[in-house]
Amino acid sequence: MVAHARADHPDEACGLIAGPEGTGRPERHIPMTNAARSTTFYEFDAEEWKREYDRMWDNDEEVVVAYHSHTHTEAYPSRSDAGIASQLGLPGAHYVLVTTKDPETAEVRSFRIADGVITEEPIEVTGAPEAVQSYKFAHTPDSTVYDCH
Amino acid sequence: MSIEVRIPTILRQHTKGEKLVSGEGETLAELFDHLDAANNGLKARVVTEEGALHRFVNVYINDEDVRFIGGLEAKLSDGDQVTILPAVAGGM
Repeated sequence: MVAHARADHPDEACGLIAGPEGTGRPERHIPMTNAARSTTFYEFDAEEWKREYDRMWDNDEEVVVAYHSHTHTEAYPSRSDAGIASQLGLPGAHYVLVTTKDPETAEVRSFRIADGVITEEPIEVTGAPEAVQSYKFAHTPDSTVYDCH
Repeated sequence: MSIEVRIPTILRQHTKGEKLVSGEGETLAELFDHLDAANNGLKARVVTEEGALHRFVNVYINDEDVRFIGGLEAKLSDGDQVTILPAVAGGM
């Protein structure tokens, strides 16, 4: 997600991580095209979204993570992020925000968004010690919990 | 005439949890009227009071985004598959 956000900077990047239905496990990364190609707005390309949705449907997968980047502001859902997600969004998904405003350090935060309410949640990074180490401040060998409080 | 409709998670509260429902109609507008009779409140989530598609909903007939084939007036044929998806979008 961070690499995708960096690659598309200064435009906002967006994408999904799909997983087997009902498991909540984020297993398959799907970078999406930002049809808005904008530094301040993102929208999934409608044709590509349909194709990827069909693939998930056929695989009995669902959206576990829906992410996008902010390129000039913090990794926190904006008013339009929350408004659109509440009106017609992905109710089971973790909405992950990545900010690329700092060229050295990417900030990654995760939220639930429902009925206009934004609730931050901790992120646990597991299973890839080297990747973990490059994104964290304090670590154990293969797992780090980023507490949101 | 039977049209299969794929319902996104957020709208399954209107379909008793079903992800797939079937409906009838010569056009998309007729299909939503027909679906609304059995799935109370579904239409209002997709169609505005003014009778247009909501800005942040994507509707497809087979693989076609209906915005490019007449919107709610798009024609349906027996066996077509309609998919409703949230338009995943936002901005800073």
